[in-house]
Amino acid sequence: MLPYILRRLWQMVPTMAGVVVLVFVLFNWVGGDPSYLLAGKMADARAIANIRAQLGLDLPWTSQLWIFVKQILTFDFGNAWSTGEPVSHILTSRLGPSLTVLVPLTVLETLFGIALALAIAFVRGSLTDRLVMVACTVGMSISILVYIIVFQYGLAYKLGLFPVQGWGESLGENLLRYATLPILIGLAVSIAPTLRLFRSFVLDEVGQDYVRTARAKGLSERRIVWVHVLRNAAIPIITYVMSNLPALLIGAFLLERFFGIPGIGREVILAVERSDFPVIKAITVYVAAATMVFNLLADLMYQAVDPRVQLT
Amino acid sequence: MMRADPLHVQAASPGLWTLAWRRLRADRVAMVALAVVGLFLLSVLLSATGLVAADWEDEVAVNYAPPVFLGPDPALAALSRPVPPAPPNAFDPLAGDLAALKAGLAREGRAAPAAKAVTLPFGADKWGHDIVKKTIKGGQTSIVVGLVAALVAVALGTLFGALSGFYGGVVDDLFNWFYSVFTSIPSILMILTVAAVLQTKGVLSIVLILGLTGWTGPYRLIRAEYIKHKAREYVMAADAIGASNWRKMFVHIFPNVSHVALVQMSILVVGFIKAEVILSFLGFGVPVGVVSWGSMLNEAQNELILGKWWQLAAAASAMALLVTAFSLFADALRDALDPKLK
Repeated sequence: MLPYILRRLWQMVPTMAGVVVLVFVLFNWVGGDPSYLLAGKMADARAIANIRAQLGLDLPWTSQLWIFVKQILTFDFGNAWSTGEPVSHILTSRLGPSLTVLVPLTVLETLFGIALALAIAFVRGSLTDRLVMVACTVGMSISILVYIIVFQYGLAYKLGLFPVQGWGESLGENLLRYATLPILIGLAVSIAPTLRLFRSFVLDEVGQDYVRTARAKGLSERRIVWVHVLRNAAIPIITYVMSNLPALLIGAFLLERFFGIPGIGREVILAVERSDFPVIKAITVYVAAATMVFNLLADLMYQAVDPRVQLT
Repeated sequence: MMRADPLHVQAASPGLWTLAWRRLRADRVAMVALAVVGLFLLSVLLSATGLVAADWEDEVAVNYAPPVFLGPDPALAALSRPVPPAPPNAFDPLAGDLAALKAGLAREGRAAPAAKAVTLPFGADKWGHDIVKKTIKGGQTSIVVGLVAALVAVALGTLFGALSGFYGGVVDDLFNWFYSVFTSIPSILMILTVAAVLQTKGVLSIVLILGLTGWTGPYRLIRAEYIKHKAREYVMAADAIGASNWRKMFVHIFPNVSHVALVQMSILVVGFIKAEVILSFLGFGVPVGVVSWGSMLNEAQNELILGKWWQLAAAASAMALLVTAFSLFADALRDALDPKLK
């Protein structure tokens, strides 16, 4: 096991190097000179030269790349350009609110997705199945923006069931008061694609030989689906959920923006609006690293669920 | 009824596309979806050529005029009457100039603006623009962006996939590395990062953002197809008659894998239309003055609090209808072109 993990970590090095170079190239060549941006409208040549020296833009590109690598390794990206807050503090303080929404959302989405997918598998091919799939297709084609606007207006503004926006201090208050509606909306948006995907995972298993064997020895359909099929369908489901977690961290940005949740996603949007390059660079690099680590974790869990899988 | 004659064997066996078209035509859902998509494309064509909705920016109704089926809003009735000319003011230093300008306008046949409509078929927005025309115009932007960006993404993915799958070896390793770099950054983050870097709003930059970040899906599938096809007899035959690598890749193999590219493109169009709407909503997409479904939703968000729901309903339902039809069609197309996959 350990040699496998080490080898996988070793394989991440070139990919990570690629991510670093890609981000570096994007921000240093495609993006143009940020010192004009920072110096403001009435800049003179000296102010610009000064900013360039501070950012290290007057150094050769190899030194600049090295500075960037050092920043990543030491977790020190300096201060955000717009607010002067240390970037490392931005990242650590925004992670909590994001996870407050993300963890319950992912758990509920996965549980509901699995339960519904297995229930649908009982009646596969029937009218119910077809209607649910059509409903999923229609549900998926409505923009997430519409869900958020309508739910926020209807449930929070009109009916007053939830606060329209805001974020508190304690975890309990946030979870029960402020995060409830965002989680509900996230669930409403994600259940359709999740159900479609999980249904296809389950249907892949339903035709297998072991299902026929289980039926032949007289097991109830309920036991076959909830025990035998679930165990096997869990493998792709775990891979999907695990490898999607880092993307969700960013993907919830619309929820965070609409509900004023101070999370990572909202920070990305703010940083893009304010051209706050250090924040975007830091988030991009670390989210990419997290994606790779979570892919590895997914593979490790794969083996835990399915002993047939040999990780070599 | 014609009976198949066993003595006369069919001369030409139907090709992949003919068979796929037959399967598609047998699928009623797919044909309805295709018709809906066709109608949307027609409206894009008509509005792009200026035959329809060219005058969407005319302020034809009162602000927030409600849809016809709701009846006129009594609170807005006063706005619909043309403004009476102000009584002459002896102290107005510009009175002479204004009179001359008015006389000039009257001579050109442009009298005072006509009375504004109190209701419109589907209401009006803040400025009194016709929502139906605005939705058609916004659809033009969103659909064109989705189509062109998908074309760019599939072209890139096909080119990279062809090179990678056909040559193998170092080329393959290089592109695979590139692929794993791109896929390790979540696509929405990638899109926002590129948007932050480009800093120029415009239809072209949003097409580039989506196209340059979306090639990974087609790349993986096209590469697998090229690996499969490059060892087939027809490619060896092409090799034997001295076809160049480039010719083998794109003249011989590509037609045989083009159905994969087509299916990928139809899937990407749906995703890109959704992405464009979100980007424009956030203000990273289309510039001010260009209308898209995303910018309509952005305006609609504030209008909803005032109780003016029609712009939201128009943009949201037009988009939902197109995306539903397009994804149903994409599913049917995939099933028709790859019957094994079902």
